[in-house]
Amino acid sequence: MASVRIPTVLRKHTNGEPRLAADGGTVGEVFDHLVTAHPGLGETLFDEGSLRGFINVYVEDEDIRYLDGLSTSVDGSDEIAIMPAVAGGA
Amino acid sequence: MRFSDITQSIGNTPLVGLPTMSPDGYEIYLKLEGANPTGSIKDRVALSMITDAEDRGLLGEGVRILEPTSGNTGIALAAICRQRGYHLTCVMPSNTSEERRQLLTLYGAEIIDSPADQGSNGSVRMAQELAAADPDVFMPFQYGNPANPRAHEDGTAAEIIADLPDLAAFVAGLGTGGTVTGAGRRLKAHNPDVKVYAAEPQYGDLVYGLRNLDEGYVPEVLDADVLDSRIKVDSRKALAATRQLASREGIFAGVSTGASLAVAIRVCGRLPTGSKIVAISPDGGWKYLSTGAYDAGDVDDLSDDLENTLWA
Repeated sequence: MASVRIPTVLRKHTNGEPRLAADGGTVGEVFDHLVTAHPGLGETLFDEGSLRGFINVYVEDEDIRYLDGLSTSVDGSDEIAIMPAVAGGA
Repeated sequence: MRFSDITQSIGNTPLVGLPTMSPDGYEIYLKLEGANPTGSIKDRVALSMITDAEDRGLLGEGVRILEPTSGNTGIALAAICRQRGYHLTCVMPSNTSEERRQLLTLYGAEIIDSPADQGSNGSVRMAQELAAADPDVFMPFQYGNPANPRAHEDGTAAEIIADLPDLAAFVAGLGTGGTVTGAGRRLKAHNPDVKVYAAEPQYGDLVYGLRNLDEGYVPEVLDADVLDSRIKVDSRKALAATRQLASREGIFAGVSTGASLAVAIRVCGRLPTGSKIVAISPDGGWKYLSTGAYDAGDVDDLSDDLENTLWA
């Protein structure tokens, strides 16, 4: 199962869990399983099936927007990280 | 080199090879922006934004300048404002390092604190509210000002092309997105095959402890289409690379440099052997000494302790 890192701001939907494990061969499939188990996540992550603009998702540290998006394949040892976009220090 | 005033000495920074840390068969170069007069890449951005505002007649009598900044942009603006006679106020997270506050105060800037737990998002929001309420305030707003990426298009990237015309890839950190956007555009115009990678700091949980996601923020100046990939780097990896840079290459840099260097090393594997990669070192380590990032000790322990303040 892929491990999914949940940002602080979304933990209210995961009973406070900072990290969840879920099955799936792609990021989209993993997220489907997560949303089924934690419905509150769905509305926060997605807008009509697409990831919201200020939600960044990384597989093994790489932004999936530059991979295959939600179709990006994952294997059981991969870490998926969800991070809200923030203004960087500057 | 002789200059008529300090602002003329901005830019033309050294591009320095890393013979020890570059993976076999690759050449990584760091562009040492700490060599700018106030010690960071933000001298370029501040000068570009102030000059642009002057050219557009926005800095008349009685106008005060206000900017959200966690430090470098504020320090750069403060020096230029001193030299040109403008009054500056910086809005910054209350947990930014003491050195930065000392420098701003020395240059005569005022500081308004925004809540530490809201990170730079909080500074941006507070500065926007303050500026909206006061017609005599001009906010350069680095996160949305095209003069920010233009400084890198006309300056940073042009210098890289002159020094290393056959570079294969470029790496810079994501703060406002100005560096990757401006430099990336110019480098791809020079050679469309140049790859552009953004190193995204993975801040500590505290920085992400926003109250709701509507406060998520994507800077307007960031053109995500210029990027070939965006790679996140956690505090431990960034800190480890930063400390190795000092111990192996003799270069004392800030932690964002380590983040970009870690990405540069990582992407070598996807570039042809013999490739030359330029990574940006936005500043030196001086302003971060008090954070403990350079103290003796174990990198894992240090990065756990520093996670929420290291990048601020």
